Amino acid sequence: MTAGSPDPQVPSGLLPHRIVLNARQMPSYSYGPRSPIWWGTLGFCAVEGMGFVLAVGAYFYLVFVNGTWPLSAPAPDLFWSSLHTVLMLGSLYPNYLAKRNGEREDLRKVRRDLVIMSLIGVALLGLRTMELGTTHVKWDHNAYGSIVWLLLGLHTAHLLTDVVDTIVLAVLMFTRHGHGKRFSDVGDNAFYWYFVVASWLPIYVIIYWFPRWW
Amino acid sequence: MRRIAPALLLLCLPLGGCQHWQSVLNARGPAASTLAHMFWIFVSVLATVWVLTMIALLLALRRRRPEDADPLATNPTTERRMTITISVAIGLTLLTVISLTGLSYAAQKVLFAHKDGALTLLVTGQQWWWKITYEDSQPNRVFTTANEIHIPVGEPVLIKLESSDVIHSFWVPSLTGKMDAITGRQNQIQIQADRPGIYRGQCAEYCGLQHAHMGLIVVAESREDFERWREQQISSAIPPGDEERQRGMEIFMSKPCIMCHQIRGTDAGGKIAPDLTHVGSRRYIAAGTLETTRGNIAAWIVDPHGVKPGVNMPTIQLEPDEVQPLASYLEGLK
Amino acid sequence: MTRALTSHEFDAVPEVTRLATGERGGLPGVQSEADAPPSPDELRDDQVDGPELSARLAKTWGTEKGLIGALSTVDHKIIGRRYIITAIIFLFLGGLSAVAMRLQLAQPESKLISPDLYNQLFTMHGTTMMFLFGVPIGEAFAVYLVPLMVGARNIAFPRLNAFSYYVYLFGGIMIWVAFMLNIGPDTGWFSYVPLAGPEFSPGKRVDFWAQMITFTEVAGIAVAISVIVTVFKMRAPGMTLDRIPLFVWAELVNSFVIVFALPAVVTASAMLILDRLVGTHFFNPAEGGDALLYQHLFWFFGHPEVYIIFLPATGWVSAIVVTFARRQAFGYIALVLSLIATGFLSFGLWVHHMFTTGLPQLGASFFTASSMLIAIPNGIQIFCWIATLWDGRPVFRTPLLFVIGFFFIFVAGGLSGIMLASVPLDTQVHDTFFVVAHFHYVLIGGNVFPLLGAIYYWFPKFAGRMMSERLGKWHFWLAFIGFNVTFFPMHITGLMGMPRRVYTYLPEMGWGSLNLISTIGAVLFFASFVLFLYNIISSARRGPVAEPNPWNAGTLEWAAASPPLPQNFDRVPVVTNREPLWANRDSLPVVAGLSVENREQIVSTITHGRADLRESSPEPSIWPFLTAVATTITFVGSIFTPWAVVWGSIPLALALIGWFWPKTSTEDER
Repeated sequence: MTAGSPDPQVPSGLLPHRIVLNARQMPSYSYGPRSPIWWGTLGFCAVEGMGFVLAVGAYFYLVFVNGTWPLSAPAPDLFWSSLHTVLMLGSLYPNYLAKRNGEREDLRKVRRDLVIMSLIGVALLGLRTMELGTTHVKWDHNAYGSIVWLLLGLHTAHLLTDVVDTIVLAVLMFTRHGHGKRFSDVGDNAFYWYFVVASWLPIYVIIYWFPRWW
Repeated sequence: MRRIAPALLLLCLPLGGCQHWQSVLNARGPAASTLAHMFWIFVSVLATVWVLTMIALLLALRRRRPEDADPLATNPTTERRMTITISVAIGLTLLTVISLTGLSYAAQKVLFAHKDGALTLLVTGQQWWWKITYEDSQPNRVFTTANEIHIPVGEPVLIKLESSDVIHSFWVPSLTGKMDAITGRQNQIQIQADRPGIYRGQCAEYCGLQHAHMGLIVVAESREDFERWREQQISSAIPPGDEERQRGMEIFMSKPCIMCHQIRGTDAGGKIAPDLTHVGSRRYIAAGTLETTRGNIAAWIVDPHGVKPGVNMPTIQLEPDEVQPLASYLEGLK
Repeated sequence: MTRALTSHEFDAVPEVTRLATGERGGLPGVQSEADAPPSPDELRDDQVDGPELSARLAKTWGTEKGLIGALSTVDHKIIGRRYIITAIIFLFLGGLSAVAMRLQLAQPESKLISPDLYNQLFTMHGTTMMFLFGVPIGEAFAVYLVPLMVGARNIAFPRLNAFSYYVYLFGGIMIWVAFMLNIGPDTGWFSYVPLAGPEFSPGKRVDFWAQMITFTEVAGIAVAISVIVTVFKMRAPGMTLDRIPLFVWAELVNSFVIVFALPAVVTASAMLILDRLVGTHFFNPAEGGDALLYQHLFWFFGHPEVYIIFLPATGWVSAIVVTFARRQAFGYIALVLSLIATGFLSFGLWVHHMFTTGLPQLGASFFTASSMLIAIPNGIQIFCWIATLWDGRPVFRTPLLFVIGFFFIFVAGGLSGIMLASVPLDTQVHDTFFVVAHFHYVLIGGNVFPLLGAIYYWFPKFAGRMMSERLGKWHFWLAFIGFNVTFFPMHITGLMGMPRRVYTYLPEMGWGSLNLISTIGAVLFFASFVLFLYNIISSARRGPVAEPNPWNAGTLEWAAASPPLPQNFDRVPVVTNREPLWANRDSLPVVAGLSVENREQIVSTITHGRADLRESSPEPSIWPFLTAVATTITFVGSIFTPWAVVWGSIPLALALIGWFWPKTSTEDER
């Protein structure tokens, strides 16, 4: 039933066809919600967003159970994390450009935008490394350290994934594959980047500012 | 659910002699009685719902349409009638559900209402036994025992539940529902018995290898009997009455037993295993597993892992002639 | 059969505007490659017809022969069939572990099975039934049937789908191999801390359990997303929201529940494994952690889990009831809304697994109300099915028998669930055999009986042969009686005070006779499955050859051959009714114009199901398999050293790049 056998064998009992529509003139790909891959990306954002929501929920649960917060450690430093946040917010514009130029199928500009986004991504990973050094707590000190590192680890995993994804896509656009449906992929990559930024902002506030307010 | 009542009768006939000393349906306290009544109300209501639904299903299985009818065809009158019937059925279901929720909430209010009682116990679940501490405002009247709770009949007793290792659940169904003993937390539960008797309980939260052998008993007795028992428990261990027991005591004190067990009034001061000061007065050993007889004590000491595989009590090297005196000594600790 | 039409003739078809969007692919003002006219050299299905079309499409959509071909396949039917068979093998393994437990419990103080083995057995039983059978079986049916039922040629992300299967398979094999090597988990399918924590469960047993969770949940989520997008974007033109088959609705809602519930158990098991392997303190009260946090996370998944197991079964029941009642579903809208309501409500019930943990009373009673409320959408479904049968002409074939069995058992289980929803009653029956009886009524009644019906129903489609009706009826009665003899007495055993998860009990407890009855029932019940297995194997070899539509059903999968050719349909159907085959008895309206040489399929709009794009579907690829292997190495390695995550990510990344890198010959991936 699986291998395509060359000899025709049509099972009996199938209904004859009555053609009512022709798909010849339909486009072969499109952008945004018209494209299945966009919905797939949204689905993964939902799953990962749910993961973030649960981790944040666990954070506040532990705050509630303990009463005092943070547990036997000063609140983490603001410098590198804020720099990281500012650069993340700053990346929104080139990300927007990448998406728009992808939709315009402008290969030259898309190449430029993806290189910029890759460099920003690498810089963000560098800042994240600095940031991890200023949390004043390790994951095995206490439950506070555990949940802070869980949140940072979860987000770093997303950051790393999208940076690698962006670099691969940038390389792809410099090869002969850089045309057609790949422009739609640029849009989906940009869409995922919005998710990475959007999920960081609440985490930033919770990890770095909430302990100062509590 | 509908078949519970008749089936219960049927199934219990051949079991005429069974004890029901750990049964939800053999309620011997106010809380358990409320719960048992509530249980039967739920069973009757829900069994009725089940029977009605199944009658509707069986009636629906008759063939009504002609063989060649178009499966897409619908009759507006039938459709309307079925819509009305289903709406009514759903309305009734909603009503049932709301009534049962209300009943449940009312029962909850009654059950968990705090009643002042004279007695407070701290029960600590451990792998795989229950440590029981009778609290008292006078520190010298506080005492610890294991796996056997005595309560005066007709009085509410407050039990504070803790765990020293994993999560356990305290459950004496003839008196009330269960409550978990959770690591790092303290829960409370009240028990009360309406008539004298021995009620069995068992850990109801899976707690590892010997979860199956983590029983306890609650002995409900008159106030006088209870006071007598309490005074006896507060006192130190009685000295061995004869030579064999004296020898047993010496063996006990010379072995690693004292690292874990306490016998008040002797050198044995270990706190991590059951307090043995009055072990001979308790009805069971090994957390409700064996009746306290000299033979069972000997069997337990010689091979604890044969009785409760994986239990934390190590097998102690004993000479053959040491077993009897030791068992005799422990049995004598009334 | 049709004749070839010229493109001019299509303008005359009045439905075109309602069936297609007619929009360009590129943005306004952009000269997009998407709108480039198709190559005139490429053969299209309005140019060929009949056996030649079938054969050519079968070649285009087919799977290569040989091992590499088998591991590279992206055909949803092949993956779906493997998924179903694997899940049923796990059902048998879970069943065998249950029979072993029942033999141990048949008499008091039996020494047949040691406590250590018993604890592993009930952990493996629960874990297998929940994670390796319960969740995957519903998804497995979705993988096979959803594309067929919505008139698509493949699932939305076929490579992701293939990857998912291998990850699931490897995870299942890992946990069972661990069990065979006596390092099987022994802390229950829920693995509560601190029992499962580093202090009380040293060794690797719990780590295997926690990583098995990661495997199965990655697989489950991947399939759920593929199914959602298939239903959203790959439906046949004309399949508006209110023409989606009820089975597909059930799988769609189920996929949404999976997407939002599974992250919770992944979070819980990830925290558990971090506590165990790198010394975090999430659940350690001494360092500010909390044991109940685990329970909240676990049950936030764990209750929806029950509905993840039940929702696909409602789809099987709907399909079987409609076909064998010979009447379209009564209350289609009500049924769909009930499914959606069940999906939402399932997230508001988790605390009813924690009524005895000493939570605040008022909060607990809120969960009583929400737990009882779920009786309403379930009630609506039951009543609508009964109404459909009432106004129909029931044909008593084996699938319908199993559905009738489902009604008897599931309704009883649902009603005893109302008792568990009550906080006070729950304090008595929680963690006793009463609960064991209850959820086996719900899960076996609500999932396994419909599943058995579904296998009898769709077997002709899967295998091209009919199953034996005579053996089927024997199977049904043996299963129905065996089930009730096993589980009904457990209600009473539980009320008589027998807790769950005990490897033995004392003779003076008085539970011996009831347990013996349950064990006899379990042997009967297992025998029914042996009969079932025999029926499957003998029917697959010698059963009567099945027509495309042997039951005279109305949904699209029956418009394909039995078993379907690789392309599913020679031309993509156009849908004008909820039961397309009942509405079109003489000829099937179809779309033409798709490539015969490349894997093209129609992408449509979400609500109206208007044809929008003709996108390419991915070619077979070995990379999803290799990615699954790399994932497995990473996950299993991480049990032994956290650094496995670091070095394992390199082959994983390479495999993913291989997966997504466009092939020279084609320009499409995923």
